[in-house]
Amino acid sequence: MSRPVPLLSASGLTKAHGRTPALRGASIELHAGEILAVTGASGSGKSTLLHCLAGIVRPDEGSVTYDGRRLEDLPEKRLSELRRTEFGVVFQFGQLIPELTALDNVALPLLLAGTDRARARARAAEWLERFGVRGQEESRPGEMSGGQAQRAALARALVTGPKVVFADEPTGALDSLSGEQVMTALVHTARESGAAVVLITHDAQVAAYADREVQLRDGAVAPLGVTA
Amino acid sequence: MIRMSTRHILLGLLASGPSHGYDLKRRHDERFPQARPLAYGQVYTTLQRLVRDGLAEVEGTDSDGGPERTMYRTTDEGTHELSRWSGEIAPPAPFVANEIFAKVVVAILSGGDPAGYLNAQRAAHMERMRELTAVKAAKGADLATVLSADYALNHLDADLRWMSTTAARLTTLTAEVDAV
Repeated sequence: MSRPVPLLSASGLTKAHGRTPALRGASIELHAGEILAVTGASGSGKSTLLHCLAGIVRPDEGSVTYDGRRLEDLPEKRLSELRRTEFGVVFQFGQLIPELTALDNVALPLLLAGTDRARARARAAEWLERFGVRGQEESRPGEMSGGQAQRAALARALVTGPKVVFADEPTGALDSLSGEQVMTALVHTARESGAAVVLITHDAQVAAYADREVQLRDGAVAPLGVTA
Repeated sequence: MIRMSTRHILLGLLASGPSHGYDLKRRHDERFPQARPLAYGQVYTTLQRLVRDGLAEVEGTDSDGGPERTMYRTTDEGTHELSRWSGEIAPPAPFVANEIFAKVVVAILSGGDPAGYLNAQRAAHMERMRELTAVKAAKGADLATVLSADYALNHLDADLRWMSTTAARLTTLTAEVDAV
């Protein structure tokens, strides 16, 4: 039986920030619908790997292939469109736009994709409800709890129906109970929608929500084992 | 696995009223879904010991249309004992007699592969954590299930942190063990 083709793969990625190497030949595969945890100590290259996989930064060497397309071959405009339509990203601090309400934050990716305002807001409201943030539609991020804001950020990441969600320490700024609510919401929604998830975390309890784990050590994927 | 005092757990279940062994076993499994499985035989043996020690007594029998079952109820002494046990502080483990630590040291002493052992142990811990997380994150999971899974997850996580730190210190630990 032939192995299924991964939805997203990276091969031999290297990336340096100035003179400091962040990735040293990292290779990784993500299959459709899979939830993959990328773990590792601080400075092991986790976030840089996520940025390369999501097409946010270009690696110095190596290749990222998404659905048969090499990201390094795509012009910036096409890459930007891919990020907008196929990928969803959520960071440790949700990075909602502080001046916009929760509803407008979630509606924004739809508006950018050309959906009319009324439909975008209606779908945004549905997604906020799915993530248990009903009643906070008109609240601005500063008026919401950390957990509510992060669930709104997840709604924003998923509202366009992405094939891959990139989550960089999504619970890192939350207490354990809020973190649990965020992870449960993320996992249930990803399972229902069939989205794959790349979950960056240093927390084993968060990594345990994933189907599989890879560990980064010094900028490369370590054999299954202990993060030094 | 959660180890508990079966006699006190049964006393606790009897605190809400008389009950028979079959029902106590069923309620135990509902309340402590992640606990070490409790065999029916253990329930009946423990009930007999509670009676012997004056902490419970036989209320009578109940058939409820099925086989005749002996009903038990707690005594005043049983209620007192339960209250004492409930308020007793569990002693924080005073000795480090951890099997994982022992195996790491033995691996060093015998020229084995402590890093390889820690790798494999970590993978087994993560697998168990994924199982427990799936149980607690399942839709409709009740709070007792979530809390007992959380208890196990936090202890496994503590083991993992210790393993990570130990892996990072293996060179120093090997030098120390070899020097003695």
